[in-house]
Amino acid sequence: MRALRKKLGRDLWHNRGQVLSIAAVVATAIMTVLSMRGTYESLVVARDDFYQESAFPHIWANLERAPESVRGRLEAIDGVSAVDTRIRFMANLQLDNRDVPATGLFSSVDPDVRSLGQLVLRSGRLPGIRERDRVVVNEKFAEANELEEGDAFGGIINGQMRRLQVVGIAISPEYMYPLAPGSIFPDNETFGLVWMGRETLAAESDMEGAFNEVALQLQGSAQEEAVIDELDRVLKPYGGLGGYGRAEQISHQFLEGELTQNRNTGTLIPAVFLAVVAFLLNIVLRRLVDTQRQEIAVLKAFGYTNRDVGWFYLRFALLAVFIGTVAGIGFGVWFGNVMVEMYKEFFVFPDLQYRFGFDLVMIAVVISILSAAIGALGGVRSATGLPPAEAMRPKSPAHFRPGIFERMGFEEWLSSTARMVLRNIERQPVKSILSALGVAFSVSVLVLGMFMFDAIEYMMDLQFNKVQREDISVVFERPLPESVEIELEHMPAVTRAEVYRAVPVRLIHGHLEKEAGITGRRLDDELQRIIDEDGRPIRLPPDGLVLSRYLADQLGLKHPGPIRAEILEGSRPERTVQVVDIVDDFLGASAYMELEGLHRLAGGVRSVNGANLKLAPGTRDAVMSELARKPSVSGVSSPRKMYEIFRQQMDEGFLLGVFFLVFFSSIIALAVIYNGARIALSERGRELASLRVLGFSKQEVAVLLFSEQALITLVAIPIGWLLGYWMSWAMVNAFVTESYRIPFIVDAGTFTFSAAATIVAAVISSLVVRRRLNRYDLISVLKTRD
Amino acid sequence: MESPTIFRAEGLTKIYDMGEVQVVALRDVDFTLLEGELLVLLGASGSGKSTLLNILGGLDSPTEGSVWYRDQKLNTDNEDELTEYRRHHVGFVFQFYNLIPSLTARENVALVTEIAEDPMPPAEALELVGLKERIDHFPAQLSGGEQQRVAIARAVAKRPQVLLCDEPTGALDLETGRIVLRALERVNNELGTAIAVITHNAAIAGMGDRIVRMSSGRIASDERNPHRTHIDEITW
Repeated sequence: MRALRKKLGRDLWHNRGQVLSIAAVVATAIMTVLSMRGTYESLVVARDDFYQESAFPHIWANLERAPESVRGRLEAIDGVSAVDTRIRFMANLQLDNRDVPATGLFSSVDPDVRSLGQLVLRSGRLPGIRERDRVVVNEKFAEANELEEGDAFGGIINGQMRRLQVVGIAISPEYMYPLAPGSIFPDNETFGLVWMGRETLAAESDMEGAFNEVALQLQGSAQEEAVIDELDRVLKPYGGLGGYGRAEQISHQFLEGELTQNRNTGTLIPAVFLAVVAFLLNIVLRRLVDTQRQEIAVLKAFGYTNRDVGWFYLRFALLAVFIGTVAGIGFGVWFGNVMVEMYKEFFVFPDLQYRFGFDLVMIAVVISILSAAIGALGGVRSATGLPPAEAMRPKSPAHFRPGIFERMGFEEWLSSTARMVLRNIERQPVKSILSALGVAFSVSVLVLGMFMFDAIEYMMDLQFNKVQREDISVVFERPLPESVEIELEHMPAVTRAEVYRAVPVRLIHGHLEKEAGITGRRLDDELQRIIDEDGRPIRLPPDGLVLSRYLADQLGLKHPGPIRAEILEGSRPERTVQVVDIVDDFLGASAYMELEGLHRLAGGVRSVNGANLKLAPGTRDAVMSELARKPSVSGVSSPRKMYEIFRQQMDEGFLLGVFFLVFFSSIIALAVIYNGARIALSERGRELASLRVLGFSKQEVAVLLFSEQALITLVAIPIGWLLGYWMSWAMVNAFVTESYRIPFIVDAGTFTFSAAATIVAAVISSLVVRRRLNRYDLISVLKTRD
Repeated sequence: MESPTIFRAEGLTKIYDMGEVQVVALRDVDFTLLEGELLVLLGASGSGKSTLLNILGGLDSPTEGSVWYRDQKLNTDNEDELTEYRRHHVGFVFQFYNLIPSLTARENVALVTEIAEDPMPPAEALELVGLKERIDHFPAQLSGGEQQRVAIARAVAKRPQVLLCDEPTGALDLETGRIVLRALERVNNELGTAIAVITHNAAIAGMGDRIVRMSSGRIASDERNPHRTHIDEITW
């Protein structure tokens, strides 16, 4: 069999273009499995370990203030296995090397108690429970602000500037994605988590012997909903703001979204790529067997068995796949590591490593071999099924018939060459359709990818240029009278100030309920507006409530109508309120009301909790610092600055992202069109040579050869658009969360770009084949039999 | 009176460089073909007859020597010029018919008439070779002889001045071969197209006005044949 082995080597070499193009598709499939699924599994393992080790809670609830004695009642709730009470509040931070204040989320910590969601120390130690002005900060904040153990920064707690010294740097499972409340992407420079000894923190915030946050762990058999109901009941007298489970915990939610996406991409993409591999191997091997009919006949005449011949062609397929697999494993491990490093930029894990799972590799290899075998089946069967005597004779000429356009009566309109193209496509409908689908998939991946860029751009543009037009927003330490607006407007740099009131509520509609915040604004407010999905501002009605579509859906509210609202502060009245409009927005789960109306609904003093400010140009940093020092201000942030950071990240990453996207999606288009053209040349080289003899120029012959691929590409593009449009729509529907919804924006630019990139890939493939066409020897082709 | 020449070749030498060996296919050959002439080029395989025909037809270029088509010297190094030349002036018929399988007989002919300057209608060309009835058949539905006649119709439809046929009956039995030869003769008689037929089959030689014998890349003999053999008398 050594001779056959040599033949195999030479056949592979002779068909190297096709072998390599197939190997490239295999490599991409394997690479996607190893990188995406590999990352998915690495993240899941790291997350589960972290959750396990740190006793990650199942349920959280925030409240105004409850005495520590309530703890016993929480522990007694059926299904609860552990209770952790905390003190938590926001305060401004002043870093020595920054002009702009940062916001700190302060939490209590007790080094002697094993708490839920326990911190993992990266360095240093936890502060003692009575130790003053000693804190632990989260790692990302420390990195972004170059804070190390022993460094100090200012914190404005309860109106007093304190000098806080870092004694340790830690990470928390509850902030694996360290997002400031109300934010949509992390800004580690201006948002930090600060942990302080429990008793010190209690003393600083008038919370001695009390808590304002609780976390629960459940027994295996416990019903989450039932526990939350009971928890809410117990906390109601203490200003409970409603319990929530992991699905609504921000950090968990964002991580879950990434995991789902990786799992789906890591499964769907390789599946499509491997289907393409099977298809390509099928057409390539069939053609190889056709061209080697006589060699097969000779082998069989000399006594080689069908099994020998079949195994020969199967090995051809397996070797092509093997080359791709080896390359794919290499690239996959590399890319998996790159992805994991990228995740470490955003998510915080104690020990996230890219895990090169042997089982994953085995699955990938087995599936590749299977797809190779399925693809090779047709060719192998036609080789083994060929009786030697028949194989010696040339293949009988292919049968053709008038194509569908001609039968429909368009005959007159078609030149002979156009008929050749159409009939060739129609003679092998399955091959033509599968080729078109392959190319369409390339187009659709581009549409989906570009859609994601566009959607994020649109969402951010809408949020920061239309919804939040203030330069800075201020959160008050405690409710202030409305007159604070005048005070703010009198600050030299402030050109406009608009105060608002935010009231925590539980909205109830039928048996459905949902905690939310109602924002009360004035009718003539200009800085923050309600914007619908098309970017149009919606006027705040003088009476009644405007709800996010997301919130309305959660409440099962299809149309405007009355709902119940339980106010979660003060005397906690429960009242009926009219929903007058439902708005399709993309960020947060919002409810809006006219300020006076909200005062009437919520009762209590006519107070406000925050303000949005428009500033004179160039004064932002100074005003932020000035405001942060005021005792009445607990948080100052700049949406403008956040947008600037976003823009910078987007502009830096965009080109690289598009490059990867195009590269990745084009592989299928390249391979399908290259192999299609290459096989067409092999099948019809003789025809093309005849045309050259008849006086057709090289150009005309090339046009004829590539028209078929061109037509397939042109048919594939709209199919790919549709497919991509549908995939984008599915993506929009898969990511409906409280934090964000993806706007469904697939614009003309996306369609144009995806078509253009695919056409470029098709032209490149054709040019490679064209080189071969130009080398064709006219005479020798015509002198041989078919 | 001597007819004007269609082809004139002087000092044609063709050397194929096959890597380690060089094969001399033509050695300093002078040759002419006259208008309206039916010429038979005889020779064993490897004698250089196909090489000569291919060079005359603009499919190949000589290593040395020149070719004139009427008064025009062929620039045999210029691919585009040769394509134009083949497109408008020369018709080819090969041993293996080289029809386009996806096109009917009529469409195979139309392929040429669509790009030629003053072609005859495809139906007329097919009638000339006796295939009027099979005009809408695909190659797979035609016999070998019929396919070869379609090839002839395709070659003459552009009204070329010369038809070059390389072993046109090589793949056919006697009776079918005769039908094909009759078709060629008819083209020669009715359209006045000059025809050069290559064959290694001496029996065919009698049908020509002129018989040229080649051997080892040289012209061994060049004779006029005043009495063309009737095709029915040809046998092999």
